[in-house]
Amino acid sequence: MNSKAYNLFLKDFRSELRTRYAINALAMFIIVAISVILFSIGNEKINENLTAGLFWVVIFFTAMSGLSRAFVSEEERGTTLTLQLIASPTTVFSGKLIFNVILVFAMNAIIAVLYGALFEDFIIKNFLLFIATFVLGNIGLAVSSTIIAAIIAKAGAKGTLYPVLSFPILLPLILTCVQLTLFSFDGTSFEKSRFELAIVISYDVIMITVSYLLFDFIWKE
Amino acid sequence: MVWKIFLFLLLAFVSVAGIAFPIVEKPSAWYEFPFIPGLEENAKIIFFHVPTAWVTVIAFLMSTIFSFRYLKNKNLDDDLKSYAAAQLGIIFCILATVTGAVWAKFAWGAFWSWDPRQTSIFALLLIYGAWFALRSSIESEEKRATLSSVYSIIAFVTVPFFIFVMPRIMTGLHPGSADDTNAGPIVNFKMNSNMLLIFFLSLTGFTILYFWMWQIGYKSLIYKEKIQKQFLRG
Repeated sequence: MNSKAYNLFLKDFRSELRTRYAINALAMFIIVAISVILFSIGNEKINENLTAGLFWVVIFFTAMSGLSRAFVSEEERGTTLTLQLIASPTTVFSGKLIFNVILVFAMNAIIAVLYGALFEDFIIKNFLLFIATFVLGNIGLAVSSTIIAAIIAKAGAKGTLYPVLSFPILLPLILTCVQLTLFSFDGTSFEKSRFELAIVISYDVIMITVSYLLFDFIWKE
Repeated sequence: MVWKIFLFLLLAFVSVAGIAFPIVEKPSAWYEFPFIPGLEENAKIIFFHVPTAWVTVIAFLMSTIFSFRYLKNKNLDDDLKSYAAAQLGIIFCILATVTGAVWAKFAWGAFWSWDPRQTSIFALLLIYGAWFALRSSIESEEKRATLSSVYSIIAFVTVPFFIFVMPRIMTGLHPGSADDTNAGPIVNFKMNSNMLLIFFLSLTGFTILYFWMWQIGYKSLIYKEKIQKQFLRG
């Protein structure tokens, strides 16, 4: 099963390299979003609170612009039925999830680097905590957006509904991650941010479990 | 029929009592409410605000339970029941948001201040909105039922974060928030027995009202379907 999921991921990866649709769209989206924010800030000095919030705002909307491709492209090309024949739902979901996780990590790394370069207040004092938040937040983001992408691909309205459906699901994750990012700016220790980290971890675990349980129903529809 | 009269009397009593019973410094008669510092006359809205929020949660829970049952049995009736529950849920959700905002204006000075509970009810509104948007975007009945059931279960598992977790980490104004110095929800420590009695009567009344409305809503959905089918056939 694992090798099959890996092959599925390779297939997505190769077809992505061929067209570079998601990569280009995401890269341009990141640049556009960050420049809009920079323009609107102007010479104003913004504080840490706002920087942490805007960081996750850009991450959320970038994810919304690119991650629905995973399943929508299969529906558009009409390859869903073939996939249903050759692989079990769990395998399909694993393959798509690996692809989205890598995409999310790549795009968020770019966003983090750009923020570090362009925003004065993006100074991380507790680097380990930031890395932990980054990794856990990305996993949660990838899992939730993958399962919602699966729902979207089966529903009629493809693009517009995606952020609408994802936002309430991602809200607890994003709120906690903003808090944790602020902690890492302030240099708060792991001990003090234990509760917030526990929330993000439990969110990830719950979402992974629920997604794997429910994906069967979406995929067979 | 008897229980409908009972419900009418109950809700009439709760409305009259909740609005008209006076708030005094030292309650002595059975109909006098105690004076709660910080809430004063605003305290009376608790008889209407909390039950609507409570019904919202019940409706959401029922909608999820019937979604779960639909996925298990693939019976379209369960989907209709879930839909009827969610329809009421969004109405009560809006009512809870509005009564909460009014209360907030007079107790905290602003209609909206992103208190954790306000954030949660807002998220719940968003979930309901997204759910109805998803439903309206799908033509086929079975597909709509399956996808909306899946979404409502995914949304449901995030609710504990809003209800139990957010108030602990965000500073808020509601009782029971992270920086609240009082020891727990308002029910436990400041209401006297007659206020509590009316509060719980109101909860019971609203819950029965909800189930009645849900039944009517469910029936009306079935009739609507039957009429549509006859119309299509004829």
